[in-house]
Amino acid sequence: MFKTLVILFASACVIPLLAILGYIIKEGITKINWSFFVNVPKPVGEAGGGIANALVGSFIIVGVAAIMAIPVGILSGIYLSENKTSKLAYWSRLSVDILQGVPSIVIGIVVYFWIVKPIGSFSAISGSVALAIMMLPIIVRSTEETLKLLPDTLKEAALALGMPYHRMILKVILPCGIGGILSGVMLSVARIAGETAPLLFTAFGNPYLSTNITKPMHSLPLLIFNYATSPYDDWHNLAWGASLILLLWVLLLNIITKLTTRKWNIQL
Amino acid sequence: METTVNNPGATRRDKLRVTSSLQTPDKVNVRRLRRSYRQIRTENAFRKTLIIMALAIFVLVVGIMITLIVQSIPSMKLLGVKYLWGKVWDPVQDIYGAYPFLLGTLLTSFLALIISVPFSFAVAIVLGEYYPRGWFSNLLKNVVELIAAIPSVIYGFWGLFVLVPIVRNFELKIGVQPMGVGIFTSSVILSIMVIPYAASMGREMIRMVPSPLKEGAYSLGATRWEVIRSIIMPYTKSGLFAGVLLSLGRALGETMAVTMVIGNTSLIPKNIFSPGNTMASVIANEFTEAASPVYLSALIELGLVLFLVTVVINMIGKRIIKRFTNE
Repeated sequence: MFKTLVILFASACVIPLLAILGYIIKEGITKINWSFFVNVPKPVGEAGGGIANALVGSFIIVGVAAIMAIPVGILSGIYLSENKTSKLAYWSRLSVDILQGVPSIVIGIVVYFWIVKPIGSFSAISGSVALAIMMLPIIVRSTEETLKLLPDTLKEAALALGMPYHRMILKVILPCGIGGILSGVMLSVARIAGETAPLLFTAFGNPYLSTNITKPMHSLPLLIFNYATSPYDDWHNLAWGASLILLLWVLLLNIITKLTTRKWNIQL
Repeated sequence: METTVNNPGATRRDKLRVTSSLQTPDKVNVRRLRRSYRQIRTENAFRKTLIIMALAIFVLVVGIMITLIVQSIPSMKLLGVKYLWGKVWDPVQDIYGAYPFLLGTLLTSFLALIISVPFSFAVAIVLGEYYPRGWFSNLLKNVVELIAAIPSVIYGFWGLFVLVPIVRNFELKIGVQPMGVGIFTSSVILSIMVIPYAASMGREMIRMVPSPLKEGAYSLGATRWEVIRSIIMPYTKSGLFAGVLLSLGRALGETMAVTMVIGNTSLIPKNIFSPGNTMASVIANEFTEAASPVYLSALIELGLVLFLVTVVINMIGKRIIKRFTNE
């Protein structure tokens, strides 16, 4: 009796997921065609138009954020896994924990004052900085956990053979842990690909296709937010198509991460 | 071999020259010296880089706190502590009171918790106790992780177009003002989004219950339900509580899905179906339109309150988990 109740409740969690996925696929699949990918949005009332500016913008913003966050995150993770007891490691670990809990809109506010105000205009690079700040905790935690799982004997054998410290880390430890680190990186990219709140007042959005990172740039989640809350049906259609693309992108990244993680048996 | 103790004038270079020249000719000798110096310099540079990166994260968090505090000083000076329980938010007349948003945030988050906790605990029990392995376990685990992976704008979009009409019809039937958007709708969407956090934490905690404890109970004739109620629940009580706290932290900071379905009304919500605003949604809506510096500063003070609350709740949750996993 209890068992059936519990299993019923647990299985009920599948219902909202199927509802959301099904509805997005049903609505989005009819709106996608080739012109959807290569055109920019047209003025309201004109048929056609696409989401090219948002696709390119998302790609650029997420790419730049990844370039900024991955080196810092991996190196910090290496430091935290190598020094477990130093004072700096304690405060750094605390900072990573705090950063993981900060709401994304607060990060957007802070980056607004750090970068948008001094430069004078909204820009893609400020959006990338905000997204990079959000990526950091995931990358640092996953690198640290992966490297902590590696046996110490590996490190000691390399050092005993006379390898310098930096060589040992870069050529022995990192390649061994590359699976876990890579899955952490992909997980963080999947997480920020769908983030809107930090981009609301940093990258701000742009109705034209632009690749200039010092000017405002559009992004898929921003487009979905703006068009979904608008009163125009054309824009709603665009938003459905964009939602489908965003969903597929995020799901693909998560599935690839899961496949890599299973092979390496890493607990994140 | 000369040592620096017996010969104070000898440098490291001399010592190396003496030892290595015993086996190799001088030309290779000098190259090996240069390589070892370069090696030492690179090693030190690498170690320093690691330290700088770890320091950078600490500096980042401190910078976030300082920026938030500094930017909300104008509003704090003008409005004082009364800001926190002021009931009116009227930017036109420069009256700012955060109470409607505090109420909205607390209402939506706690309602979302109440709705989602039975489902999270059910998933945790099923995955931890009944089906730790097997096809059903994999399916459920993937479903729950997928729920966490979907971006929040998509939840908001779906909520706006699917859930809001349903709630509107429901409100028509029960006689309240049929707006559709409101605290209730946003709580439902938040509860869906927040299930995975308590579920995965609970599953980890339940799996950590030592088997001798459970096997002892089974051997004494306890049923599954009795084992869960009397052995597993008391053992994992703090861990499950920490999972719920993590869910709460996530629900408090959620912006996009809530902004799209909460109705964006800066008034104190009358009942559970009326529209309202949360701290995050008012910042998202009004930040780019804040005309005066005091307005902007009042919004940032909201951001500071949000930051402090979510950080404190997340820290308490993590502390409990750490204590639990170290026992």
